[in-house]
Amino acid sequence: MRLSGSGVRCVRGGREVFSGLDFAASAGEALAVTGPNGSGKTSLLRLIAGVLTSAGGSIGLEGGEQELTLAEQAHYLGHRDALKPALSVAENLLFWQEFLGGEACDIAESLTAVGLDHATHLPAAFLSAGQRRRLSIARLLAARRPIWLLDEPTNALDTSGQALFAALMTDHLARGGLIIAATHAPLGIAARELRIGISE
Amino acid sequence: MTLIDLANPTRFLTLTARILPWLAAATAILLLVGLYQAAMAPDDYQQGSTVKIMFVHVPNAWLAMFVWGVMSLAALGTLVWRHPLADVAAKAAAPIGAAFTFLALVTGSLWGRPMWGTYWEWDARLTSVLIMFLMYLGLIALWRAVEDPSRAARAAAILTLVGALNLPIIKFSVDWWNTLHQPASVLRMGGPSLDRAFLIPLLVMAVAFSLLFVTLHLAAMRNEILRRRVRRLQMMQAGRRSA
Amino acid sequence: MTALAALIRRDIKIALRVGGGALIGVLFFLTVVVLMPFAVGPDLALLTRLGPAILWLGALLASLLTLDRLFMADHEDGSLDLIVMSRTPLELTCAAKALAHWLAAGLPLILATPVLGLLLNLDATATSAVALTLLAGTPALTFTGMIGAALAVTLHRGGLLLAVLVLPLSIPVLIFGVAASQAAISGPLSFGTPFSILCALSLVSLVIGPFAAAASLRHGLD
Repeated sequence: MRLSGSGVRCVRGGREVFSGLDFAASAGEALAVTGPNGSGKTSLLRLIAGVLTSAGGSIGLEGGEQELTLAEQAHYLGHRDALKPALSVAENLLFWQEFLGGEACDIAESLTAVGLDHATHLPAAFLSAGQRRRLSIARLLAARRPIWLLDEPTNALDTSGQALFAALMTDHLARGGLIIAATHAPLGIAARELRIGISE
Repeated sequence: MTLIDLANPTRFLTLTARILPWLAAATAILLLVGLYQAAMAPDDYQQGSTVKIMFVHVPNAWLAMFVWGVMSLAALGTLVWRHPLADVAAKAAAPIGAAFTFLALVTGSLWGRPMWGTYWEWDARLTSVLIMFLMYLGLIALWRAVEDPSRAARAAAILTLVGALNLPIIKFSVDWWNTLHQPASVLRMGGPSLDRAFLIPLLVMAVAFSLLFVTLHLAAMRNEILRRRVRRLQMMQAGRRSA
Repeated sequence: MTALAALIRRDIKIALRVGGGALIGVLFFLTVVVLMPFAVGPDLALLTRLGPAILWLGALLASLLTLDRLFMADHEDGSLDLIVMSRTPLELTCAAKALAHWLAAGLPLILATPVLGLLLNLDATATSAVALTLLAGTPALTFTGMIGAALAVTLHRGGLLLAVLVLPLSIPVLIFGVAASQAAISGPLSFGTPFSILCALSLVSLVIGPFAAAASLRHGLD
């Protein structure tokens, strides 16, 4: 499996954010997208996720499941946690597992893996910012998808949370997964760096 | 026993646990006596036995207003004295008040059926009670809209007081609106010159329903205090260090 | 199918829990209907005549009011991004969301109709006619309103803009809904004709609504 883009151009609000961007990542590999604020890190992830449409160039996936599109094989972990405060922690996770479909993993196991097993039946409204982030990470585990698109994944996580997430990412890569992460802070795993938005 | 003693929720819980059974028993006895007396009361020469709906209707209508008064006091308690149990009292009273108002509406409309020929007439009194019911529902919706009860408390307190100030104005406007449109059809129900045979059962029923309110209100306050404790414990549990 | 069922279950659960908007719609409906007599006077004969129209207007406004949050809430917390990326076609997802909304917010309006009919002095026939036309017509309101809700999300505006976008679209539903109720109550038209058109409007919106909403979401997210 290999995810690649060539000559990708992104226009947001009439302004060109980047153009002629080439990148590639293979199974078992992590790509860390870095660059100053406003350089288009988030936009690039959202382009790959198919939430935004690109203004030029192409993004493609070789290998992987033939019947599914790139977006359907990818997890997107954005700035916002996609959680409903009125639902319990387990209900939130169960919903995404059922809705995203595909190969599923036990809810309780996923929650234990991110250290939220003590809060399973509590409303998500009671969680702190870091715990909310952990719960969104549990979503990546509860429904398996090979490509992880992570936008500042370690934001709001404490040191132990960051170490825990690094271990989860290593595990994902070892299973033949692929990670593209926009980040300011070091990810804590071996990753190839893709710098964007540097003025020539 | 002063308000300060009651300010401690734990003391409130132990105290009400002791009082509640007696209150409930007194309510049940008075209700039975009142209902018996009401059943034994003579028929009205104009309305026949339908007049007996009055014994249930009037206490309900009276409590509909009384409960708003209780909530207004509690609202002052929240805003001015910052009494820790005030918003618990206000929140617990709202659904009970709405239920009494609803019963007043239902009994009023059942009473109206034989008198007016329809279940509903835009009679000034019934209409005022209906508006009051809407205000109760709005207040309950406000309590339900915000998950954190202490945040909802101030908003609800302000709405309660504004409602209390507005109720006379609404009552006056509705009376004016009603007489403007149908001066002749305003029916006098009961009337001030009530016979002793009606008055005594009515008073007994009024006291019984008031006791019923106090009983339900204290029980609901206990539930609300316990619910908040559960909530606090849950938040503590959520805040426990993630491994 | 599991995905759609999960979505419907989740949306209904959220609507019914603390902070949800399902019951506020009914309360709004009740308030609008109660306001009418203060404007037109307490004349029961007049209210009986206006009854179906008042109920229909109230239901129209109430179902529109609650539609505002249909996509907005999911957009604000980032759920919408994941929904767009899902393996379920977005059109079906939109239809499921509208169905959940109708079950949680539209159905209670119909259940409240008999009580409100009592206030407006409608007899049993008239009340059931109005309830039946609402049952047939409110899906059209929800599914066309959904288009407005999707547009509102992509424009980052809600509230009044949604009302301005959607109210003109719901005029045909209003016309045939009230016409069918009036026909059932007093004639002279037969009930079947306007009622069939009302059902047809609902069926058409069932098809158009999800496609238009999905197209609007696909092109408008950023």
